[in-house]
Amino acid sequence: MDSYVENNVNAVRRSKEEKKVLKKQIKASHTLLKHEGISTAAQPTKSLVVANGGLGNGISREELSAALKDMGEVESLVMPPHKPYAFVTYRSEESARTAQVKLNGQTLQCGENSVTLYLSYVESVTYEEEASVPLPEGLILVEDFVSPEEEAALLTAIDWSSTNDDITAQKALKHRRVKHYGFEFRYDNNNVDKDKPLPAGLPEQCLPLLDRCIRNGHISIMPDQLTVNQYESGQGIPPHVDTHSAFEDTILSLSLGAKIVMEFRHPDGGVVAVVLPGRSLLVMKGESRYLWTHGITPRKFDMVPACDPQSPAHARPDLGTHSNLTLSKRGTRTSFTFRKIRHDPCRCAFPSACDSQGAPSAPSLPPSPPTLPCCRADAARLEEEYVHRVYDAIAPHFSSTRHSPWPRVCHFLTLLPPGSALADVGCGNGKYLGVNPDVIAVGCDRSSALVQICAERGFHAFVSDALSVPLRTESCDACISIAVIHHFSTQERRLAAVRELVRLLKPGGRALIYVWAFEQEYNKQKSKYLKDTNKENHNNHSPTKNTSEDSQEPRGKSSIHVSSHLEDSCRPDGSMSDVSKVSDGKLSVHTNRTAFNTQDLLVPWHLKEGKKREDEESGDSGKKDKRKDKSKKVSSSSCSASSLSPKSDPGPGFDSNISSESRLDTSDATHISDSKPSPNSDTTQTSSSTVKSAPVFHRYYHVFQQGELEQLCGQVAGVTVQSSYHDQGNWCIILEKDRLE
Amino acid sequence: MKLLTHNMLTSHVKGVSKGYPLLIKATEVKVNEVEFNPKFVSRMIPKLEWGALVQAAEGLGQRQDLPGELVSDYEQNDDFLKKVHRVLLEVEVMEGCLQCPESGREFPISKGIPNMLLNEDEV
Repeated sequence: MDSYVENNVNAVRRSKEEKKVLKKQIKASHTLLKHEGISTAAQPTKSLVVANGGLGNGISREELSAALKDMGEVESLVMPPHKPYAFVTYRSEESARTAQVKLNGQTLQCGENSVTLYLSYVESVTYEEEASVPLPEGLILVEDFVSPEEEAALLTAIDWSSTNDDITAQKALKHRRVKHYGFEFRYDNNNVDKDKPLPAGLPEQCLPLLDRCIRNGHISIMPDQLTVNQYESGQGIPPHVDTHSAFEDTILSLSLGAKIVMEFRHPDGGVVAVVLPGRSLLVMKGESRYLWTHGITPRKFDMVPACDPQSPAHARPDLGTHSNLTLSKRGTRTSFTFRKIRHDPCRCAFPSACDSQGAPSAPSLPPSPPTLPCCRADAARLEEEYVHRVYDAIAPHFSSTRHSPWPRVCHFLTLLPPGSALADVGCGNGKYLGVNPDVIAVGCDRSSALVQICAERGFHAFVSDALSVPLRTESCDACISIAVIHHFSTQERRLAAVRELVRLLKPGGRALIYVWAFEQEYNKQKSKYLKDTNKENHNNHSPTKNTSEDSQEPRGKSSIHVSSHLEDSCRPDGSMSDVSKVSDGKLSVHTNRTAFNTQDLLVPWHLKEGKKREDEESGDSGKKDKRKDKSKKVSSSSCSASSLSPKSDPGPGFDSNISSESRLDTSDATHISDSKPSPNSDTTQTSSSTVKSAPVFHRYYHVFQQGELEQLCGQVAGVTVQSSYHDQGNWCIILEKDRLE
Repeated sequence: MKLLTHNMLTSHVKGVSKGYPLLIKATEVKVNEVEFNPKFVSRMIPKLEWGALVQAAEGLGQRQDLPGELVSDYEQNDDFLKKVHRVLLEVEVMEGCLQCPESGREFPISKGIPNMLLNEDEV
């Protein structure tokens, strides 16, 4: 074993570098405390946290374990998924001490990858395994479905020798090669020519296993289409839902050869990574077939559970719950996907993903995202579809999550002199219209469904567009525009919206504008939008326990972040110039409660509510329930003390539907999901008490970078910036219209 | 739509220069009792276009004896303030439309809510 250390750990230590190592070790322990809540111990213990020795650093369990074992008898090694650290517990404190002294500051070589380890004592290993993450509804994995002999026979049955042939529609795709039997699946329209069967039917070697599938009840009808995909190490397939109108419900996927990790993604951002061992059969039915996308990330290593002789290695195929993970080098995998051609339109319970029910047919979900507009008509169309229609559709649910006025908006409103005329342009459900009862407040919104709610609450409100507000010029002492202007899709329109506000102001009148900020972390404070991510994680079945803010990647993304060394993990400050738009011009879909990585994006709104969520939310509901009662009245009362408390909602731009008080929504949302057709009884595997899926809506946002709002308002003549600030993930500005002298 | 809102609304159709006040064509009008707050009403009065309010009330048959000219010292005149209160906050147009005095463009009022959205060619 000593030779191992010599080979892998650079044992040369220069005494003049000892200080540097100590400094870095201390820095690493600070980072762990700050970002991960791991506190290190000053006195030696049996356990150590090994900074940079994590799966997130591209370190495999085997290599780290070998280095650690040289120092003494290891009791346990915990490697949390994606994290840039690991925990080791030794049998004795003495061994831990040896490891700390000998390995601290040492370089560990792992393939092409080398990291510097920093070790600190911890009182206990704080990483807790989460409760088991369930597989997507309707998904079944049957291991050892075929014998090694059958596997060999099936692989031989596929002749890859010719490069392209018409009989099986063989194609070499960018990331894999593929053959079709029965019918050709066309990648240009993601569908099949149902009246053009291929000359080659399903290979006869498949028949015994398909018979077995029928006998076992996985399918009821014999499939008539087979797609064989072959993936070399490093290849993959983009996330997709098999076209609803092309194929019937159940889809079978037989994995042969090397094991691989397949990721299932829910439209609301949840990810479940599933290990598919060789010779296993994956059965996708119901929600897992119709709503979740599945895909394989192109890479050469997967994170898989470490083989543990004590327990069956594949007891839990989902990766979300394992701390006992390692890296698995990919080999060649061949998959057989068996499907049944569909001849009637699909009538599934997931219209948002169903091309038969109007959803765009696209290789990946969420539905084919729009591009950024290049002319006014495009912009108006984009906003019509991705802002106006969405708000009308989600109005009751949206309104039920918007009841607490934001303290600093309240503050602005309460400072207005009695009798001031106030216009709330983009008033939503009117939560600011009643904050100061001594002002004459009138609201308008593009969504008539939201204005209806204002009217029911007894507020003065009308339907209008923020670019053309039908109020007299210079009729308002104050205007507010809270979480509105970020919905305009061009700079020109955002500027026009500010101009329109200013037009309404009397000389000396003031406008308050809030827009959602690109920077959800400001002055080292995460916005509440980000902070609530733990709760969200749970809902979304994310494989990670905490969101590492060191990583800019969306939470739940399973690719290994090789470069995330702890020592340089702090986010670079300042410069926003590296914020890029998506290269192909398509708007990207934001993962709720993660940092933004582009400025123009679609934010999902998911009407999913149900018993499960309610239970999850009830954990900290005691205090909030009380506030909820108050908040129902808040619309007609002035800004109450409770809404000024720091505990109140995170900010106007806090625009995830999963509010911390979403229990209030439950009745509405349940009603909505209950009114939907229920999933076919033969497709539902799990009991009806689990969460049902409802449509996902995507709202367009342009999130503002620091300074952008000031720059925008600076282009409007006759107005002075009074102040600007960051408030819980929003950029905010107060403008004053110049007085005529 | 209460007449307070009407008093603030104007036509914003492209090219229109005299879009104020909007004509009210009501098919359903409601009068709801609203708590009277003399201080609030007297603070509101200077913000109003008085002529437009009287004209609107007249059109709906709700003017009663509201004077054509704003009276002086109304702050202490509770009787007057009550009348203003009534037309501003208690009279509500539930169904009908608002018409631009210049272009004739009509904006529907439904369930008490004016819809002032314009078509693309009107902006």
